[in-house]
Amino acid sequence: MKHNKIVMAHGGGGELTRQLLAERIIPRLGNELLNPLMDSAVFDIEPGRLCMTTDAFVVDPLEFPGGDIGRLAVCGTVNDLAVMAADPKVLSLAMVLEEGLEMELLDRVIGSIAEAARQGGVVIGTGDTKVVEGRGSGGGMTITTAGIGRLKDGVNLDPSRIVAGDVIIVTGNIAEHGLAVMSARDGLAFETKLISDVAPLNGLVNRICQSGADIKFMRDPTRSGVAGVMVDLVNLVDLVEDVGLSIELEEDAVPVSAIARHTAELLGLDVMTVANEGKIVVVVNQADADKVVAACRADELGRNGAVIGRFTDAQPGLVELITVAGGRRLVQRPYGEDLPRIC
Amino acid sequence: MLEVWCTHTVSLFRSGIKSLLPGGLRLISGPGCPVCVTSQGYINVACELAGRNEVTICTYGDMVRVPGSNGSLEQQSAEGASVVVVYSARDAVAYAEKNPDRQVVFLAVGFETTTPATAAVVIEAQQKKLDNFFILAGHKLVIPAMQALLSGGEVAVDGFMCPGHVSVVIGTEAYRPIAEQFGKPCVITGFEPEKILQGILLLVKQVAAGRAEVENAYDVAVSEKGNPLAGQMIEKVFYPAAAVWRAIGEIPDSGLELRDEFKAFDALVHFGIEPGPDETPPGCLCGEVIQGKASPPECELFGKKCTPMDPVGPCMVSSEGTCAAWFKYKK
Repeated sequence: MKHNKIVMAHGGGGELTRQLLAERIIPRLGNELLNPLMDSAVFDIEPGRLCMTTDAFVVDPLEFPGGDIGRLAVCGTVNDLAVMAADPKVLSLAMVLEEGLEMELLDRVIGSIAEAARQGGVVIGTGDTKVVEGRGSGGGMTITTAGIGRLKDGVNLDPSRIVAGDVIIVTGNIAEHGLAVMSARDGLAFETKLISDVAPLNGLVNRICQSGADIKFMRDPTRSGVAGVMVDLVNLVDLVEDVGLSIELEEDAVPVSAIARHTAELLGLDVMTVANEGKIVVVVNQADADKVVAACRADELGRNGAVIGRFTDAQPGLVELITVAGGRRLVQRPYGEDLPRIC
Repeated sequence: MLEVWCTHTVSLFRSGIKSLLPGGLRLISGPGCPVCVTSQGYINVACELAGRNEVTICTYGDMVRVPGSNGSLEQQSAEGASVVVVYSARDAVAYAEKNPDRQVVFLAVGFETTTPATAAVVIEAQQKKLDNFFILAGHKLVIPAMQALLSGGEVAVDGFMCPGHVSVVIGTEAYRPIAEQFGKPCVITGFEPEKILQGILLLVKQVAAGRAEVENAYDVAVSEKGNPLAGQMIEKVFYPAAAVWRAIGEIPDSGLELRDEFKAFDALVHFGIEPGPDETPPGCLCGEVIQGKASPPECELFGKKCTPMDPVGPCMVSSEGTCAAWFKYKK
């Protein structure tokens, strides 16, 4: 019998599970680690320090302009390793499917996983699939990936090394992922040319690390956006150093496309708090800032990279934005995901 | 001292203009946010409806966190209620058409900016004979609120900065009674930083010269008569009635009810619900804040029991609410 939708039995460990694996997953994700279909992946890794991370992915809708949950699940974990200055090698992939999920949609998501893994230079070494009863109208899915990589030699990421005068760089236009997803959300759908920036960033990180700059900190500003990373950074520095530092950002230096700025305005959102999935915030000493910006701009994914602010020892513990109008205001973490507001 | 509206407030803070103004100039945030002024009784009805299996609530995003007596729609959603965030009334009707097995209730709130859209979809729902689309009418009118504010006599406001988007619909002449009867200058401005600065300048000039006129700094979009088509649509569907403003109380003719020929779309009628009384949470100064009588830090709950994470009053709930803006940008 041909199934157009996922049924409970696809996760039952029987014949349908085997079929799902053999016909839809292995042909596209298969590799020498995964193909033996043993309980764990076995592989060698160069001697050195290892780095490991995991992330769970939920997104509504599952497909959005510029990507889908599959691409997000690979890139999210690759990027969490990359910003720690690790070279991602192997990912695990656990999919929880809701009964009623369209088989064609699943195929597209698996295709995206394969494509993103190829771009990021990683393999899916091991995985699992389960099926649960649908919530509401059903047909959804969640993905959890874990990743392992080897730390690069000669990079010393450590927020306790940050001092006043250090520079903050963002590698390109912000807010595009969050706005693109929102544009496709049921009930909010609006026409826009915005597409998500979701992409594997290990290539860009390589360039940044090879620029010869002394990188002190990197993070991808996903949920809660650049604002969230800034507030986290100030708190981190406060924890590890005797004297706290503040951050001063310049609004007109923050790279943001006109379409993203206007879309955010229309929805009443602050671009600083909207999610990104293809950008990095980098902290570097002032003398090396130009090297990092040049390294970014040499990469397609970093071509709008720019210095957006610096650490200061004034008013420790604050993140301040110098606005286009010349005023100052505080930057804070949002409550949750910012919701579009009325009027 | 000037009176501004909440979207102005957020824009003032986001743009950092407030940090640049001289000391003698104080901007107070008025009752300009539809979420701020939505009564607790209204939220309670919305939550009660959300609790019904067959009902889907369609709402503007910032309404989901507004607390009623027994929690918010966000909490109802966690309990399994169907709550969908929409960007417009149009999206709510589309949702109803797409889901004929659901009873869809749109939380129709807002000032003259959102009212025409609600009126349009009610007319559309009637033409399409939709029997699963309803609105919970909570629209409010700007001018009666300003008049009530001034008639109270307790607020020492020197002039009003009036919201451009509302004025597109109601026109400049709607403000004439405020300027003429109460002697308060009114300047209509947009929300971009430079528009706001222009608005402040025009107001200060009027106050300094002792004038009280209606001035239009947003003439690209706002005309004297407003948008007559939008006005007619509102009038076709709604009639003015007394409305309860959260923490202020009832203001005559400041709300809008569905006319008899559209009563079939009234959620209160269809589901047979009576809104309960509006209770101000103890200690909450939102009523005073909305009327410009108190600034957020004067409230004993502000920043302590009442934060954007755990809001007590409506002014903290909305991202454009006065208290939330103070907390976020000035704390």
